[in-house]
Amino acid sequence: MSAIDAGLIQAGLGLQLLLAVVAVAAALLVSPARRSLTVGVISAALAATGLATGIAALLGAPGSLSLDTVLPMDALTLSPDRLGGLFMAVVSAVGLIVCLFGMSSARGPAASRTAWAAMPVFLVGMQLVPAAADSVSFLLAWEIMTLGSTVLLLADHATRASVSSAGIWYSAMSQLSFFFILAGFAVLAAATGGTSFSAAGSLEPGSAAANLAFVLFILGFGGKAELVPLHVWVPRVLPEAPSHVSAAMSGAMVKIGVYGALLVCVRLLPEAPAWWGIVIMVLGGVSALYGILQASVASDLKVLLAYSTTENMGLIFLGLGASMLLRTSGATGAADAALVAAILLAVSHAAFKATLFLGAGAIIHSTGERNLDRLGGLGRRMPFTAAAFGIGAMGAAALPITSGFVAEWMLLQSLVNGGRLQGDASVAASVAMPLAVAVIALTAGLALLTFVKAYGIAFLARPRSAPASEARDVPGLMRLALGLGALTVLTLGLVPGPIAQAVAAAVPDGSGTVQVVGLAGVGVPGINAVLDPLLLTVLAAVVGIPVLVAMLVSARRHPARISELPWGGGGSRARPRMQYTATSYAEPLVRVFDDVLKPTRDVQVTHAGESRYLVERVTVQQSVSDVFETRFYRPVLQLVQRFGIAVRQIANGSIHRYLTYSFVAFLIVLIAVSL
Amino acid sequence: MSVLRLATLIRRGHHIAEPAPAKPARFAGSEVLGGSVQVRYINAGGCNDCALEVTAAFGPVYDVERYGARLVPSPRHADVLLITGSVSRNMAEPLRRTIEATPTPRFVIAVGDCALDGGAARGGYGLAGPLSDFVHIDIHVPGSPPEPAAIVAALRQLTGR
Amino acid sequence: MNVLTDVTATDVTAEVLPAVVIALVQVVVFVALAPVLVGLIRQVRARIEGRRGAGVLQPWRDLRKLLAKNPVRAADSGWMLTAGPLALVVSSLVLVVLLPLVGTISVAALPSDLFVIVSVMLIGVVALALVGLDAGTAFGGMGSSRHMTVAALVEPTLLLSVYALSIPAGTSTLSRIVGSRLDDPGIIISPVSLLALVALIIAIMAETGRLPVDNPGTHLELTMLHEAMTLEASGRDLAWLEVGGWLKLAALLGLVANLAAPWGVATEFTVLGVLVGVGAIVVKVLLLGVLLSVGEVFLAKVRLFQVPELLAGSFALAFLAVTASYLVA
Repeated sequence: MSAIDAGLIQAGLGLQLLLAVVAVAAALLVSPARRSLTVGVISAALAATGLATGIAALLGAPGSLSLDTVLPMDALTLSPDRLGGLFMAVVSAVGLIVCLFGMSSARGPAASRTAWAAMPVFLVGMQLVPAAADSVSFLLAWEIMTLGSTVLLLADHATRASVSSAGIWYSAMSQLSFFFILAGFAVLAAATGGTSFSAAGSLEPGSAAANLAFVLFILGFGGKAELVPLHVWVPRVLPEAPSHVSAAMSGAMVKIGVYGALLVCVRLLPEAPAWWGIVIMVLGGVSALYGILQASVASDLKVLLAYSTTENMGLIFLGLGASMLLRTSGATGAADAALVAAILLAVSHAAFKATLFLGAGAIIHSTGERNLDRLGGLGRRMPFTAAAFGIGAMGAAALPITSGFVAEWMLLQSLVNGGRLQGDASVAASVAMPLAVAVIALTAGLALLTFVKAYGIAFLARPRSAPASEARDVPGLMRLALGLGALTVLTLGLVPGPIAQAVAAAVPDGSGTVQVVGLAGVGVPGINAVLDPLLLTVLAAVVGIPVLVAMLVSARRHPARISELPWGGGGSRARPRMQYTATSYAEPLVRVFDDVLKPTRDVQVTHAGESRYLVERVTVQQSVSDVFETRFYRPVLQLVQRFGIAVRQIANGSIHRYLTYSFVAFLIVLIAVSL
Repeated sequence: MSVLRLATLIRRGHHIAEPAPAKPARFAGSEVLGGSVQVRYINAGGCNDCALEVTAAFGPVYDVERYGARLVPSPRHADVLLITGSVSRNMAEPLRRTIEATPTPRFVIAVGDCALDGGAARGGYGLAGPLSDFVHIDIHVPGSPPEPAAIVAALRQLTGR
Repeated sequence: MNVLTDVTATDVTAEVLPAVVIALVQVVVFVALAPVLVGLIRQVRARIEGRRGAGVLQPWRDLRKLLAKNPVRAADSGWMLTAGPLALVVSSLVLVVLLPLVGTISVAALPSDLFVIVSVMLIGVVALALVGLDAGTAFGGMGSSRHMTVAALVEPTLLLSVYALSIPAGTSTLSRIVGSRLDDPGIIISPVSLLALVALIIAIMAETGRLPVDNPGTHLELTMLHEAMTLEASGRDLAWLEVGGWLKLAALLGLVANLAAPWGVATEFTVLGVLVGVGAIVVKVLLLGVLLSVGEVFLAKVRLFQVPELLAGSFALAFLAVTASYLVA
């Protein structure tokens, strides 16, 4: 049995590499007319292979693939463990629907030879990072992933300046992450004497090397996982990339950052001191709150989704940190549950965020608009997209019967339970847990507002612009991708038991954390909690059906009359422009969180003629910029630039001056030697 | 105002509402409302005299709410449109849209002489016509302005209480 | 105490039947009670204002009439006007089923879990907000935006206050919390419990659109939160929205009543126990309704942008309650 399984994993990994090469070749060779279809199908096969391999590894199949290199070091080893298999399956599943969507949606520069060649590179990189069993192959796969995503992002750089600017930010932040991760692995390798992950276990917990490696890793993986303050690339990159690429980045690539953090905290450096947990909790909590605040005031649909990604990653890290902190306090049951909840949140985020980004892609495909203030009434015109986006939005808002709800419920339960420590209640945990609950509650509340806004403004009411009023639903392949995404969100939410159990089995000593109870519900014995969404749905149906019947009967008896316009105060000029927009929807929130968001408001009043009282027009401009960018990155970048200009004075190209430098340097060396 | 002072006022001021007069005859067809009348008030272009009387009718002294009538913020919620004033040109369209927005079965009460024929403003250049040009009037409350008790009586014909 | 063993080990019929009966009784009682509660609140307020009031049964008359009308809908607003009220009513009904109102007996696989209950309630909140947006008017959007802002800011208080109440009981299942308070009434008057209850009451006032956060009696559009969202609904659409809101108010008042004074709630499944439970919860909810109404007479609606300060204050109370119960106890 296990021999076949071993062969399976090996074949799966090999097939992924092979398919990636074939896909790149196809992208370069196939004629433009057939390119999207051909490469899309091969890439989808690549993703499907990854999905199968990942699921096999998740279920415990052993196996590895070694690649010998000409370099003087150990062979590159790809050998996914259960956790790696889980993440491989998650990113591959996202990759699969992204390829389906991309085949139909990619147009113009997004369907160019370069863009399609980069897609399989990106996918194979993402799929192989979780398979890496040593730091060299990890870093190699990581860089392949970054390279692929950068090229994909830059597809449209020639026509839009914002894309190239986003590309620069992305490259800089990616390389910063890579640097930190590289340094982290270097510290590990120096301390343990090997690049293999299994060697890292010998590192003494609490040693200086372990602490240093932890800080470097968190900076590196936190940057990839969009944690504040390393998130600045997110609101630029995700909106500017083609939508299916944003879906892959936000749904899948970001999860690789989470995987990295889990790898460090669970596998490489498992015995963490309490302050590691606190650091991760603070980072996660700040990211969650800041991300959702920015998302709630965003009017650009893709910026909104991008910031909401930061929020979700924040919640995942909050769960991870809480798990580490609880483990040090001895609340093992709650710690296990929090860890499973964090991973479950990552899985569900992959499902709903990919669906949402693809939904945004469908909107852009049909209307060319991504500004919510110019959308509206799409529910009637694009019913399929509306349904899929609605389910995704429910997931993002963590409402029942979707995946987001199960994960957030489990996280809250473990925190509340972890707070009730038996015996040695640590002060840190008893303050941190209520605070974390409050942060999650506020985040969830704001997420609700954000997604009510996104869905309500885009899909309900009347269209606010001509393109929105002429929108038609997207073609079949895109619908298939959207439908698969939405179905996953619902499945994860309705039958969470088996899935949560598989996730629990993926973490060390976690296999008993979750039980399947009732109708595929989740039971967590460690924290004495049980949730059965399917039973809840049955209950809702039981109480809902009489209401529905009453509604239908009275609809038959007293039919509705359709009036052309809403009443809206009876005014004779009830134009669609008079509806609330996304900007006005978030206005109360901007005021309430004035101190955090620091909006800039510009009101210009033009008076009619000479009059001081009659107003001809009022122009109001309000913008909310990213505080971290304007207050932190800009000053630092300016400082660097100023330093660069100052240094340029020294190196002005004059031969005489350079000779003088050499002479002075030579003198200094001589003096130093003679001392 | 302090809580104590408010409490004293409440204690001294109970039963501001005057005793209920005799019940008027039910308006034919209003049985469908079953003692619950939601009223949307529209000033279609009056001088606010009648508006003050309507306010008084809904105030604590005449207290038409005790018979089951209530002012509502939207014609969509309303069963009865209480219209005062002759219809001015600028109000013609909002009036038309408000009537259209009211779900059936609905009843229209015209309050004051102006609503019937333009009253003092009859023939004025700003008028779009008498109310009956726009909507079928079910009950008319004459007077310029009518006293609140008459408005209360008209509403009671509809509530049947 | 272990929920999980209950789920797997017990005899299903013996355990499920009482819970189903209790749930059914709760639904019947609260569907009948909710309009009366609202009628009573209005009646008490009218009496205090020196008026006579329309009688406690007036909401029932309103409903009967609204259901018999032909609703008007705008051409651009579609299925949300049907789905929204349905979702709101169903969420409120599920709330009534799950909360420990008449009795603390519930199906083990479907405990009255605090977080599940809040999420179920949020479905109703979202449905109402979407109905408001669907109208496609300025008022609807305005109401929806304000409603969601308040809902977002209320959530931390709501969760933390019940979290504080859950600590002495050692569980986040509301029926067990109520049960533990019944066993040991000393918990109820502990400072932690009182702080948490005050915070919870403020949160519920905000959540159900009562004074001082929202004025349920207003007909001025610019001062509205809740009402503005329903301005475009008529006939049965409006009726179901109203029923949903009333049920939610009644259920949450019932929860507060059973947390503050759990006596009378049925813990054993007997005919007498259930009857006493029904009587107790009806009396308690109506009493709270009277208190609410009297309290509201002394309150003015606060400015919209002072609501966050009120909620921040209640959040501080709840947080204090949670940390105090860890660090002091």
